[in-house]
Amino acid sequence: MTTPTGHSARRGRHGVLPWLAAPALLFFVVFAVVPVIGVLALSFTTWDGIGEIQASGLTSWRAVLADPGLPHAVWVTFLVIVASWAVQTPLSILLGTFLAGPHRYRGVLAVVYFIPLLLSSAAIAIAYKALLDPNFGLGAGLGIEFLSQDWLGKPGLAFGLVVFVVSWQFIPFHSLIYQGGVRQIPRSMYEAAQLDGAGRVRQFFSITLPQLKYTVITSSTLMVVGSLVFFDLIFVLTEGGPGDATRVLALDMYKRGFQANLMGPASVIAVILVLVGLVLALLLRRLGGRDPAQSQLEGA
Amino acid sequence: MSATLTEPPRQADRPRERQHRAGPAQRRNWLGGLAGWLWLGVVVIPIYWVLITSFKLQSTYYASNPLVPPSDPTLDNYRFVIESDFVRYFTNSVVVTAGAVIPAVTVSFMAAYAIVRARQSRFLRAVNGLFLMGLAIPLQATVIPIYLIIIRLQLYDSLLALILPSIAFAIPLSVLVLANFIRDVPKELFESMRVDGASEWTTLWRLAAPLTRPAIVTVTIYNALTIWNGFLLPLILTQNPERRTLPLALWTFQGQFSVNVPAVVAAVILTTLPILVLYAFGRRQLLSGLAAGFTK
Repeated sequence: MTTPTGHSARRGRHGVLPWLAAPALLFFVVFAVVPVIGVLALSFTTWDGIGEIQASGLTSWRAVLADPGLPHAVWVTFLVIVASWAVQTPLSILLGTFLAGPHRYRGVLAVVYFIPLLLSSAAIAIAYKALLDPNFGLGAGLGIEFLSQDWLGKPGLAFGLVVFVVSWQFIPFHSLIYQGGVRQIPRSMYEAAQLDGAGRVRQFFSITLPQLKYTVITSSTLMVVGSLVFFDLIFVLTEGGPGDATRVLALDMYKRGFQANLMGPASVIAVILVLVGLVLALLLRRLGGRDPAQSQLEGA
Repeated sequence: MSATLTEPPRQADRPRERQHRAGPAQRRNWLGGLAGWLWLGVVVIPIYWVLITSFKLQSTYYASNPLVPPSDPTLDNYRFVIESDFVRYFTNSVVVTAGAVIPAVTVSFMAAYAIVRARQSRFLRAVNGLFLMGLAIPLQATVIPIYLIIIRLQLYDSLLALILPSIAFAIPLSVLVLANFIRDVPKELFESMRVDGASEWTTLWRLAAPLTRPAIVTVTIYNALTIWNGFLLPLILTQNPERRTLPLALWTFQGQFSVNVPAVVAAVILTTLPILVLYAFGRRQLLSGLAAGFTK
């Protein structure tokens, strides 16, 4: 009875193990790797989404790169990323630190906080559209002028609304990450600081924040890569409008491809999106001196 | 790792904590407390408004104070939404979610097991690297080729068209989280299984799976949530109203009846209800698992 194990160990260095990864690999290759390569290939073609696909060299690239809509979409995407990061990060750290504390009622708060995380972007966007309707919404009913502005009709307001709704939806998630990070900081560090007479604020800036460095990087990576693909929310909330005030890259891709039936140029935008995502992830990894995901896997 | 949001801190920390509060730092973290309560309002007010508005009659809605619950709550809005074919959309969402999550978690678990167990294998290292790259790439940017593949497979406008890419999208994060947990299983247990002559397949299901059940539940809930709420794939890969999933149906419903605010918010509530029920049961595991998966 000792032969089977001995035999299989000799047969291949890792026996059946590589085969166990095969199904996942297959799905991932067909519906993620091939599409990533495919989108690059399609960017050198002309296709209306229904008929024949024709190779057309750099036509799509020239068309997109010459289009003033592209720098605008890149700019809006950049603004959404920066603004939603700048709003979410301080609030998430604050709430995460608060939630990591000892009071029992904080648990109850946490249960409520996480409800937005569960809802679909479509549902959230639709609820906010109804809530902020200048004529029938909350502001009109209560006579609050600030709320009854034409939130979707003015570029600045629409942009602010997008950032607010994004934060409303995702701050809970990032607070949770920060809460986990804060709980891992050794208590002794605070005790030592207290003996040295450091106050609460001082402790926060000289212990909590530096200790959260890798948590900040993990959370920021997820935020930044995530905000590249805020498609659902912006699509339902503003459809990129008014005009093209909130037309981010992902929306630009959809509109060119599936509304204007220009799959070639849409693929160009998609390639840009993939590249931007990779570059941002690499930059954040550099910033941290290590890749949080990688070290999680290898530092067993 | 099992620390959840609602769990009080370990008893040992308590006295120390009391000591802190007795000291000069009595009002510590008042800023956090303030932010905490303000944020509660920010979260609760819109939800409260949606909830009470869904029980108002459209005719009296405009005249009523938006923050006062209706004196004569009505279920008419819910009836109207359900009559607008929402049962079908609900069924579609269930089929797509279950059809994608079960295979996604199964194949991810098998892959995570292999990656942890054969760490020296070059092939598996490469596979792992590929999945990690999948975390950095915005997979939504690949919808155009996916659309093409689905057409070529003659799956356009079917629920299977939504299921297959959803499985692929779920794999990178699932493998990452599951591998993190499988790694915590003591090596000696694997060793003793091997000595007993158990195959990898048996070890996978009899040892690794039961020991990492909380992680499996977490990953399942998380993926179910993502797929249940998915909007882009149904928007692009289906056309027939009969194939709509809930988020897409909600969007078209809103487009049609945007003036009927109570009906629209009732639809929002109905599409969200199943998730809230799931949350009520799986909250602990979802939150603690997410925290562990990302901060470990």
